[in-house]
Amino acid sequence: MADTMTSETTAAEAATHAEGHHTSTGISNEKLAMWVFLGSECLLFGGLISTYMFNKGRIGPDDVGPDDVFDIPFTSVSSFVLLMSSLTMVFAVSSIARGDLRGNRIWLATTAALGATFVAGQVYEFTAFYSEGLGFTTNLFGSAFYALTGFHGAHVTIGIIMLMSLYVMSVRGNLGPERAETVEIIGLYWHFVDIVWIVIFTIVYLFPQ
Amino acid sequence: MTITDRTITAPEETLALPAGPTIAHRPLGVFTRPQGSEGWTSWLFTVDHKRIGIMYGAAALFFFLVGGAEALFIRLQLATPNGSVIGAGTYNGVFTMHGVTMVFLVIMPMAAAFANYLLPLQVGARDVAFPRLNAFSFWCFLAGGLLLTSSVLIGGWFQNAPDGGWFAYAPNTGLLFSPSKGIDFYAVGLQILGVASLVSAINLIVTVLNMRTKGMSFFRMPVLTWMLLITQFLLLFALPVITVALFLLMFDRLWDANFFNVEAGADPLLWQHLFWIFGHPEVYILILPAFGIVSEIIPTFARKPLFGYHFMVASGIAIGFMGWGVWAHHMFTSGVGPLSVAAFSVSTMFIAVPTGVKILNWLATMYRGRLRFTTPMLYAVGVVSMFTIGGLSGVTHSIAPSDTQQTDTYYIVAHFHYVIFGGALLGLFGGFYFWWPKAFGYKLSEAWGKASFWVMLIGFNFTFGPMHILGLQGMSRRIATYRGDEGFAFWNMVATIGAFVIAVGVAMFFWNVYVSTRNWRRAGRPDVGPDPWDARGLEWMTASPVPEHNFDEDIQVDRLDHFWHRKYGVDENHRVVRAAPTSEVAHDGSNTNVHLPSPSYWPIVLGGGILLVGYGIIYNLWLAAAGLVFLVASIYGWILEPADDPDAAGHHDDHDDGDDHGDPDSNGGPSGNGESASAEEPESESAETEEEAATIG
Ligand code: HEM
Ligand SMILES: [Cu+2]
Repeated sequence: MADTMTSETTAAEAATHAEGHHTSTGISNEKLAMWVFLGSECLLFGGLISTYMFNKGRIGPDDVGPDDVFDIPFTSVSSFVLLMSSLTMVFAVSSIARGDLRGNRIWLATTAALGATFVAGQVYEFTAFYSEGLGFTTNLFGSAFYALTGFHGAHVTIGIIMLMSLYVMSVRGNLGPERAETVEIIGLYWHFVDIVWIVIFTIVYLFPQ
Repeated sequence: MTITDRTITAPEETLALPAGPTIAHRPLGVFTRPQGSEGWTSWLFTVDHKRIGIMYGAAALFFFLVGGAEALFIRLQLATPNGSVIGAGTYNGVFTMHGVTMVFLVIMPMAAAFANYLLPLQVGARDVAFPRLNAFSFWCFLAGGLLLTSSVLIGGWFQNAPDGGWFAYAPNTGLLFSPSKGIDFYAVGLQILGVASLVSAINLIVTVLNMRTKGMSFFRMPVLTWMLLITQFLLLFALPVITVALFLLMFDRLWDANFFNVEAGADPLLWQHLFWIFGHPEVYILILPAFGIVSEIIPTFARKPLFGYHFMVASGIAIGFMGWGVWAHHMFTSGVGPLSVAAFSVSTMFIAVPTGVKILNWLATMYRGRLRFTTPMLYAVGVVSMFTIGGLSGVTHSIAPSDTQQTDTYYIVAHFHYVIFGGALLGLFGGFYFWWPKAFGYKLSEAWGKASFWVMLIGFNFTFGPMHILGLQGMSRRIATYRGDEGFAFWNMVATIGAFVIAVGVAMFFWNVYVSTRNWRRAGRPDVGPDPWDARGLEWMTASPVPEHNFDEDIQVDRLDHFWHRKYGVDENHRVVRAAPTSEVAHDGSNTNVHLPSPSYWPIVLGGGILLVGYGIIYNLWLAAAGLVFLVASIYGWILEPADDPDAAGHHDDHDDGDDHGDPDSNGGPSGNGESASAEEPESESAETEEEAATIG
């Protein structure tokens, strides 16, 4: 207990430290920048999702369409895995804020692993669809589907790379409680990417018509 | 609360100008950190927002010459009926590159020049929030600009230039109709430019929101700061939309996707929607900085506060919102349906209201002012009058039945040149004259400036005025020739002569720069003083040229136009009287103890990597892959570089956490793409061990 107390003080000190620059809004520059960036990302995915909705029905009667390829149970599971990674990300953030560096490493690694599982699922799904006759160039649905989900997958991949970088930093002793906010900022990105997936999953898979 | 002890504590900070901190470090064992602020290499590695601003301005002027030369080719070709100066195919490339260059490589970076130079100064900050990212924005912009411009040379004169107009309507820009590499250059080039603008938008937004000096509340910010801030938000939200469009186009052209493949069932309206959802906010991205500049110049030379400051800010915000709801006025004739046409027609009429508010406010500011018609003021008045003409023709477009006649004619060309040349460009030139002494320490010649202004203004009206008539006569835009019996010959000749008059005016501007610089040097570089125009913003409260550290100490702002109110007060008869001489109020730039961010190699290296990826995507995917590896390596190099927190030295005395350079909000924090958010410099120990490398660097 006493132990946690001290590490909490450390974290509190770290927090004052982070705000030691007295930004006008009280939010650190880095965190604000991430929020602003994610605002922009909303429109990026907004544009891609709109394109998908605009195009998905533009296929001939005999073309490969959503109903022919989607495997809802499989994608539901991989979506669930991605959702869980948001939870583990929360644990990663809270553990470093408490000064629990070992816990932080474990949760970072878990989050990255869950993310990688999701991406692996996507790769599997893409190959399966391809073998069922849906290529990127097959028809409008194919182009729109792969562009949207592939773009999202790229975002997850970048997130995994960032998580692994954090992990390596932690192993090398460069990710102490004073850097809790760095983890938090990457967490923001990670949650954002997850939320976007929920939207994509709902729109693309659950309501294909 | 706000930025209290940043520079106040400066004397305790040990690191001195000009070399900046002397911590030498070799991230990845490759580079030492660059040193010093002398010589041309210091420009390549600078992270100083003022130098970056100047580089943006210089690059924009260079591209202005390129775009201007293209314009002259257009006018030569159209001077007489059945012109044969350039062929129809080349003509497509020339007008497309003219438009793309002027919009993306001239007006936008010129505005970025002012934003970079002035935003931190106007809010009383030492630099932008992320100085290295700021440098990256510039190099990334330059990479995109050079890539695009190189398209006119590669594989023969205009053989591979984009040729689909600046809005590049797909499927017309698909491989079928545009088989050259031109549109690939367009798609890739604009994506790179988009990254540059996006990163810079994030940086500047954070700067304005977070780095205001004490007492600088939102409604004490100058109108220019406001307009630039709104512009950055528009960029933030508009760029991703065109990025999506460019992305799809690129996929279609390079990898056989079907987004715009009509045969496969695609709808050509997709591109038009995506482009104009970006495109209309984009026109406000072009004009709002000029509005801001004019709002700084007019009060200064009318010697009155800006009339209706709050209305000015509110109308800017209103434009920022309403600008998103009018895009389909560019598509009245493309079959969007009667309901859409009606709705967008009305919304377009409404957007003229906040614009009108601004014009009235400027007029009211000048009304009964003691006007001084200096060169910047001439430009500002030029903007107010010319933009009004363009705004009015815009309102005539908003009436859909009328626009059905006007669309795709020279009447549209007249409209957008009155708003972009007569509004944005004249405003930016006025800004050059106004802030030149601030950036360089001497004024440009007033005599040459005024002469150049009048030549430009007259040439401008002779060029674009007649286009109203030509358009109403039915002359289509984007045609390479017209027949002699169509009645277009006379006014086309007038327009061509006008264009060359503009060229003379522009040449006079460059001559002015040369002569003024020479005369100033010959005169032994006299000091122009901090406040040569008797102006109002905080940027005038420090020496000219602005010292590297901006302000000697933090400024405590207590009202709008703080600097002005420090200089002037009101006597018992409510007359404005001088309260203090400028020299007493302004800083002299003598505080050399302010800790500054170190220069860095990585921004320009990253820019080079992006150039590689760009050419790779167009020509050879292996090259792109190599470029990508290079990019990723550079990003890690960037992250591992000691962030060299501007506050590090004095700061860590009171926080003994032993964390020397890895301050979470130092300048090397997360980048716009979020990738480098993973903090900085796991190798902080080696910073010390490699101290001796300083001598090598
Ligand atoms: C009073 C406000 C304005 C109104 C009501 C207005 C209205 C319009 C309309 C309806 C069109 C479409 C005409 C057509 O293609 O048939 C148009 C075109 C255009 N406007 Fe404006 N406009 C306004 C201000 C501006 C400003 C401030 C700018 C730029 C700084 C601008 C730049 C353009 C450009 C570049 C085009 C042509 C795009 C193209 O087809 O290539 N406008 N305007
Ligand atoms: Cu518009």
